[in-house]
Amino acid sequence: MSKQLTGIGASAGIAIAKAFVLENPALEIEEKAINDVDAEIDRFNGAVSIAKEELEAIKNHANEQLGEDKAAIFAAHLLVLSDPELLNAVKDKVTNEKVNAESAMNEVSNMFISMFENMDNEYMKERAADIRDVSKRVLAHLLGVTFTTPASITEEVIVLAEDLTPSDTAQLNKQFVKGFATDIGGRTSHSAIMARSMEIPAVVGTKTVTSEDIEGKTVIIDGIDGKVIIGASEEEVASYTKKQEEFETKKQEWAKLVNDPTTTKDGKHVELAANIGTPEDVKGVLENGGEGVGLYRTEFLYMGRNELPTEEEQFKAYKEVLEKMDGKPVVIRTLDIGGDKELPYLNLPKEMNPFLGFRAIRLCLEETEIFRTQLRALLRASVYGNLKVMFPMIASVDEFRQAKAILLDVKEELTSEGVDVSDDMEIGMMVEIPATAAMADVFAKEVDFFSVGTNDLIQYTMAADRMNEKVSYLYQPYNPAILRLVKMVIDAAHKEGKWAGMCGEMAGDQVAIPILLGLGLDEFSMSATSILPARSQMTKLSKEEISSHIDHILSLATNQEVIDYVQEHFATEEL
Amino acid sequence: MAEKNFTVTSESGIHARPATALVNKAGQYSSDVTLEYNGKSVNLKSIMGVMSLGIQQNSEITIKAEGSDADEAISGLTEVMETEGLGN
Repeated sequence: MSKQLTGIGASAGIAIAKAFVLENPALEIEEKAINDVDAEIDRFNGAVSIAKEELEAIKNHANEQLGEDKAAIFAAHLLVLSDPELLNAVKDKVTNEKVNAESAMNEVSNMFISMFENMDNEYMKERAADIRDVSKRVLAHLLGVTFTTPASITEEVIVLAEDLTPSDTAQLNKQFVKGFATDIGGRTSHSAIMARSMEIPAVVGTKTVTSEDIEGKTVIIDGIDGKVIIGASEEEVASYTKKQEEFETKKQEWAKLVNDPTTTKDGKHVELAANIGTPEDVKGVLENGGEGVGLYRTEFLYMGRNELPTEEEQFKAYKEVLEKMDGKPVVIRTLDIGGDKELPYLNLPKEMNPFLGFRAIRLCLEETEIFRTQLRALLRASVYGNLKVMFPMIASVDEFRQAKAILLDVKEELTSEGVDVSDDMEIGMMVEIPATAAMADVFAKEVDFFSVGTNDLIQYTMAADRMNEKVSYLYQPYNPAILRLVKMVIDAAHKEGKWAGMCGEMAGDQVAIPILLGLGLDEFSMSATSILPARSQMTKLSKEEISSHIDHILSLATNQEVIDYVQEHFATEEL
Repeated sequence: MAEKNFTVTSESGIHARPATALVNKAGQYSSDVTLEYNGKSVNLKSIMGVMSLGIQQNSEITIKAEGSDADEAISGLTEVMETEGLGN
């Protein structure tokens, strides 16, 4: 009997293969007396050199698949294994105290770990984790415990794990790893993002997949519908093989559109852009035929670290994205932190209502040094491509004016320093707050463009926290209330000769796309992997024809009525 | 013996990445190479030793080398300090 688990589809596609469980062994270290010191030191050297070889292989693999930046951490790991202070301390202990290498290694590395953990500097504290990681590898070899690393996989499998760490994912070889499923994680967790960029099917957040009886069984991963089938029957394998083939055929159809402009059935052009978080994401944008970057979330530069990024670091990242996009439009959003995205090192007070609190542009207008540093980096980068700057969470015209004034002041400062900055950089804003949509006609006179952030716009309009399961039914992207607001924004922009885009999940949604096209949206920014299906759908839609349905759609009563109407009247792409 | 003083100009001090480059370079010489900062002296061939100093921007540091290739070591390490934008 097969067993089916439901999780979150993190990367689309179907994979069928044997299960491979990635276990994280617990190491039990016992102190033992030894007689032959030389033999013990040989044993230690042997374990270190195997660990080095493994790390070298991981580093090279990471270099090829993820880029030099992500591989750098393994170069530092390798140096730890060559560190004379560490190695000699272990050997001295073995020689002088006549104890076994594993207990000597354990004691010495624990000493270093606690030394780093006790440092004042947050960055140094994190290095303790690196030492722990490296010494665990050596200890496992000394103890003869097999370390199941993804690098050791040499046949086609589905990897099942509680979670995948960055060093695990760095070792996944697409040739053998057909897909993976994890117990924990969501659509935006590290493992999910990696799966999409490697384009292997994945289901995360299954809660229990590693506790099932799975070893050696055939597993099916359905990354489209977020399902995992364990011990699949022949019929199930056959039916999913068919689904897999259909998906592959469709993918090949989509792939043909990579270099085509996005054109509707009636010959209208719209721009399909991608949302990115780091310069590395640009590769995926270009491979999926993105016509621009509609949202570069700069907060990733600020997260996962213990101090603010410097102007130089930011400049390099922005310049890299602009150069790689080679003249295509790149909309960079200024820091959107606060709410659910915290930066521990800013020491912001806890708030009762973080989503309604001190965040994004509100924070930047108060902490102007942080804001000015980012604007300097952006303006310096502006000469390397087609940069557009966008402010998040604007609620009032005053805020937009203030933010723009600071930007112009920074620009003047740079010019007086003799630094080159672009003269025609567009300055726009996000529309996430209903008040802004209501005032869109006034804003439109002062901004160069709008980009609707639907994730927040929907929760603010419906006054419903979408993370709260009790009220998540109110998270209704197609509710006519939302569509009417979006219409106000697009109409206001066009009246002033400006453009309107959208950078929320909704922009890549197959049901929303026909409506947004009919409303006249100019730019659709989505996950890179949604671009080709969206382009394919566009070729089947007529903007003129949909426009004549808009009044009726906006007069419908409910979210469901809108869905039904769209599915009945317009083409959607089966995913 | 050869030695040289530096002022660390890099905004983030000597962090993992530049420390890796320095330690790798030091390892190429047979001389004993040490790094002195704030009254403490560590083996520059030890990544953990270097990192443990937690060297920040504007720190004054001294690199010393003792052995047959001491001069080469100092000039090689000076080059790394400069190319990594650490200081001069």
